[in-house]
Amino acid sequence: MKQKQELILEVKDIYKSYGGKEVLKGISFQVFKGETKVIIGPSGMGKSTLLRCINQLTIPDRGTIWLKGQEVTHRHTREINLFRQRIGMVFQDFNLFDHLNAVGNVEIALIKVKGMNRKEARNIAFYELKKVGLEKQAFLYPAQLSGGQKQRVSIARALAMDPEVMLFDEPTSALDPELIGEVLGVMQKLVQDGMTMLVVTHEMGFARSVADEIIFLEKGRILESGPPEQLFYQPKYERTKKFLFKLTELYGDINGNRKK
Amino acid sequence: MINWDFLINILIPSLQEGFLMTIKLITYSIPLGLILGILVSIGRVYGNLLLSLLCKAYIIFFRGTPLLIQLFILYYGFPSLGVYLSPFTAAVTGFVLCSSAYHAEYIRGAIQSIKSGQVLAAQALGMSKIGAITNIVLPQALRRAIPGCSNEIIYLIKYSSLAFMVTCIELTGAGKIVASRYFAYTEVFLVIGIIYLTIVSLATKILHILEEKLSFPGWESKP
Repeated sequence: MKQKQELILEVKDIYKSYGGKEVLKGISFQVFKGETKVIIGPSGMGKSTLLRCINQLTIPDRGTIWLKGQEVTHRHTREINLFRQRIGMVFQDFNLFDHLNAVGNVEIALIKVKGMNRKEARNIAFYELKKVGLEKQAFLYPAQLSGGQKQRVSIARALAMDPEVMLFDEPTSALDPELIGEVLGVMQKLVQDGMTMLVVTHEMGFARSVADEIIFLEKGRILESGPPEQLFYQPKYERTKKFLFKLTELYGDINGNRKK
Repeated sequence: MINWDFLINILIPSLQEGFLMTIKLITYSIPLGLILGILVSIGRVYGNLLLSLLCKAYIIFFRGTPLLIQLFILYYGFPSLGVYLSPFTAAVTGFVLCSSAYHAEYIRGAIQSIKSGQVLAAQALGMSKIGAITNIVLPQALRRAIPGCSNEIIYLIKYSSLAFMVTCIELTGAGKIVASRYFAYTEVFLVIGIIYLTIVSLATKILHILEEKLSFPGWESKP
């Protein structure tokens, strides 16, 4: 059984609006050590915005974010940069640094942000690349990697910073179907290793097999949240059921099988 | 017929000093112009509204007015403000200001062609905005700007001849003096033309090698 005492991340009453349109209307939840929470919800409903509020790439209008009991919000830039080192983020479009090879992508923040010496950074970078199964591709550049490989490099890059929590923003949405599996495989391994994760995804098979809780975000609010079994089989709202059914139809069933 | 005696015994020796001055002018102006250009382009893209507007105004002014006028203002105009520049300083200042405005625009285009997601990713790793610009954006943008900036460097080599107009005797100025003394305009300016062509060809070659050296997979200098 997973240990669930230590509170890692706390999101308290987050509001955010863009151009008069409120995309987040009071979101609150907690993530404990070793937990995996999956956020689902219709597109354009603030899921990415929510993740970006957590590491302050987007500043929320109201509400607070807490990392291990320390407030992340309302900080100076320098302090925010320190918090960001402790919060790993994986983007939908990978956002690899095009001028650096795989190992360069992983080690640059260790050198430039953590001030590590090059040799030490390289060792860590290789260790992380090995973890995502890419030690053979270490010297290839982003343009020479497949989408799945790029995303695994970006996961290794985030892991190298030794974060306390990992945020995944639709990590498989930009991938060809046959490449999704390798990325989900890496993420699954992270879950088994006890990483604390917050994942925005449409992959219901993944959510079902690893999530401790699914958070259903709609119209800027958490409509419903709970363990996968509960949301799939006894949801409080008809809306939840409909949405999950639709996702399953589009992206594969709860066993990870994809419809042709 | 070519007058070899004039060429070897008179022309070459009297051009020597001017040639060295031209080399000195461009070795100062090229790197300084590039550095200033990088700073202006960063201010233009990443600065706040005021800084961005200032950089924009700077570019408009120095690209929009003739270099010769800028040199005249620096050399003949500034003394009335109590600023006395030597011919060399006035020329280098003018060249740096003018070429930086062009570089800034080439580099701005290159910066804007780098996907902004890379800056976000760098920031998400805890890198400061400035760190993201210097470690992630500039290494890519400067590579991309090489063809455009090369063009400007070549122009600069040629317009260094305008230094002569503010009494900085460089290659063209030295040539003008010999040519009028010996009334040998054709020979003199032909030789000078060839010298400029040689410098430019050399610079082009070096820049090309640089471009190839800095290419990486996905970003080759040749398609």
